[in-house]
Amino acid sequence: MKKISILLTICISCFVFIFFSRCMNGNDIVTVDAHYTEPFKKLSQYHFFKGDMKDLTPNDRVLPYDLITPLFSDYALKARFVWMPEGTSAKYVKDEVLDFPVGTVLIKNFYFPTDFRDISKGRKIIETRLLIHKQDKWDALAYVWNDEQTDADLNIIGDTKSLDWIDKNGNKVHDDYSIPNKNQCKTCHAFNGSLTPIGPKVRNMNHDFLYIDGKTNELDKWVAAGYLTGYNKAGNGSNKMAKWDDPTTGDINARARAYLDANCAHCHRKEGMANPTGLYLNFTNHDEASLGILKTPEAAGSGGGDFLYDVIPGKPDESIMPYRMTIDEPGKMMPQIGRKLVHTEGVALIKQWIAGMKDQSAANNN
Amino acid sequence: MKRNVKGLTIALIATIFFSACSNGKKTSDATGFTYSEDFQNKLLEECIMAEDGSTIEIPEGKFLLKKPLSLDGKKHLTIKGAGAGKSLLSFLHQSEGGEGLLVTNCNDITIEGFTIQDAKGNNIKLLNCDTIAIRDMNSTWTSGSDSTNGDYAYYPVQCKHLLMENCEASYSSDAGIYVGQTINVTVRNCYAHDNVAGIEIENCINSDVYKCKAENNTGGILVFDTPGLPLHNGRNARIYDNDCISNNGTNFGKVSSMVSTVPPGTGIIVMGTDSADFYNNRIFYNKTVGIAVIGFQLTGKPYNDSLYGPYCTAISIHDNKFDSKTISVPDMSKDMGKLVALGLKGYKDIIVDGSADPKLRDSKGQVPDDYKICIRNNGDIKFANLNFWQVKGESDITDHVDHDLSKFDCEHTGIGGNASN
Repeated sequence: MKKISILLTICISCFVFIFFSRCMNGNDIVTVDAHYTEPFKKLSQYHFFKGDMKDLTPNDRVLPYDLITPLFSDYALKARFVWMPEGTSAKYVKDEVLDFPVGTVLIKNFYFPTDFRDISKGRKIIETRLLIHKQDKWDALAYVWNDEQTDADLNIIGDTKSLDWIDKNGNKVHDDYSIPNKNQCKTCHAFNGSLTPIGPKVRNMNHDFLYIDGKTNELDKWVAAGYLTGYNKAGNGSNKMAKWDDPTTGDINARARAYLDANCAHCHRKEGMANPTGLYLNFTNHDEASLGILKTPEAAGSGGGDFLYDVIPGKPDESIMPYRMTIDEPGKMMPQIGRKLVHTEGVALIKQWIAGMKDQSAANNN
Repeated sequence: MKRNVKGLTIALIATIFFSACSNGKKTSDATGFTYSEDFQNKLLEECIMAEDGSTIEIPEGKFLLKKPLSLDGKKHLTIKGAGAGKSLLSFLHQSEGGEGLLVTNCNDITIEGFTIQDAKGNNIKLLNCDTIAIRDMNSTWTSGSDSTNGDYAYYPVQCKHLLMENCEASYSSDAGIYVGQTINVTVRNCYAHDNVAGIEIENCINSDVYKCKAENNTGGILVFDTPGLPLHNGRNARIYDNDCISNNGTNFGKVSSMVSTVPPGTGIIVMGTDSADFYNNRIFYNKTVGIAVIGFQLTGKPYNDSLYGPYCTAISIHDNKFDSKTISVPDMSKDMGKLVALGLKGYKDIIVDGSADPKLRDSKGQVPDDYKICIRNNGDIKFANLNFWQVKGESDITDHVDHDLSKFDCEHTGIGGNASN
């Protein structure tokens, strides 16, 4: 009898301890099972965020990061986080995405400020996209936030959200923002037919990020957090991409190539969905013809308008590349998915690049 | 308080009413097509989540879809309607995506028995698939010959083992049936009409096109090899038992498309290809040229591809029937049409540009037998050789023309097509 009561006491105190430690922590720990067959229906079930979910306050070991030159998605702002299972880390890769361990989750929250001139006026989170490194392959999942901003539901077939905001110039913008369906996720995330992450490459993360405990180089932070191994700062530190809209980070060539890498090269590279086109815009390609210089399109069809070549040096207004970036009609626009609006500033950058291009200058982005 | 409750009730009823409306969004247009968000979402989900080995059924009816359908990474899958003209999918009001139906990375896929129309880009695109059957389909644009029509009615690219049969393709602003960079291709019993190009086989290896009808296109059948693409040097094509009839349609292709240079009135063009056999075709009433055999240089487009061979080699044209009795003057809207009309003084059954890899020519300018263009048993044909290799510029482009068919009196044996059949 005494034994039982001791056992009971231990049990109860365990319970109380667990209960309180959770309470003190404020939340459960991150829950990811790399073997799942059915993914969680709600974003909250992963416990990536603690406190009020819409504040996107990362839970323990959920590490925020960003990219130097990101993909344009109708001016959406993106809050990115990474999580890896305890005791695992990504391996350094020089030019491609880091080699992530099984169980890794890349978390990308898409949100729009009410007023881009003053983000303190509030924001609306639209969707959270997860890339989960399952046992044998990556899986892409999209969670769509509810209007109350309390949680997000798993979405397979995509969705369209009618959004309004005020842009940085004070203009009202309306957008029928498109949330991709599961197959559309893979359209961009395909590498030789398999789904892979795109963003977290060393060259696109090699800059300072303002963490809660101060400004630090992202890669240094990942190393310190145990999330990156094999990174030799002395040897690899200069592997860094320009920020597309910051002239202090690189000349027009460097910034245009960074922009094309982030906005086109997920498809337009030999390993991507646009392989058949022969147009390869990845940062590491230095071949003039496959960069589009005096290249006739494979299947631009009516999307190519009245123009013969992807890029004509010195003639941005006669080049197919910027032309298709200025179209917002499905089937003719580029990229084909992932945007509904025209990225005016991106188009201007590419036009400036082509305008200043003399023959053979495009292949040199160093 | 009571008023509040009443207000709440009204709000609640209003909410239910409106949400019911938006959930069931269902509208019909004048042509009897219906848009239902529920139907669209169900079909989208069925395609995305389909289990290997399953069949996706498209019911009888006329359905508008605003979003593209896609299949990725499936095995042994069939997508099937109640028949072309019975199950119709329209993408007239498509709001996103380049295709109507996009099929990627699949193995053993059957697409059959429905009509697909009015996609903003291509109606059906297949990329990186192996073992494909597309049959009993109709793919079209419904607003006539319009340059804003989508590009390809069928667009299999970088695939292997493709069979297309009993398919109709029309009003594409590029090619109706476009097979690109694909290995082992059969296109048979298909009907391509009123497109810019009817059937185009581009940079493919081992292709058979037979018992097809290409009618009222700008150009009927094109076998092209073009530069700058990952699959280089298309070869081994057999084009036989086809009807290429009255391909005199206006060229409504955009300048950026390769086919925009095709002159109206073209039966068949073979360009840059190695090893192709054209026989037993009926090539009737095309007002500019029956069959043209040309190198890529004739397009006047520069290219930047060291692995590319721009010349036609080992081409055989035999036992075809030509009829130009009822046709009028050649088309003048494109450079090649003008060349035929003015330089060659009218329609020709067969035109060769006479170009060949300079490395192959001997001191007299002759090409070894194995690499020649061979033309035999086509009846009493109107023939012209441009001898383009001797042309220096635009001024002397017609100065080297001859009509001597005897140099081409030879035959190639054993040109293979799709050996996998």
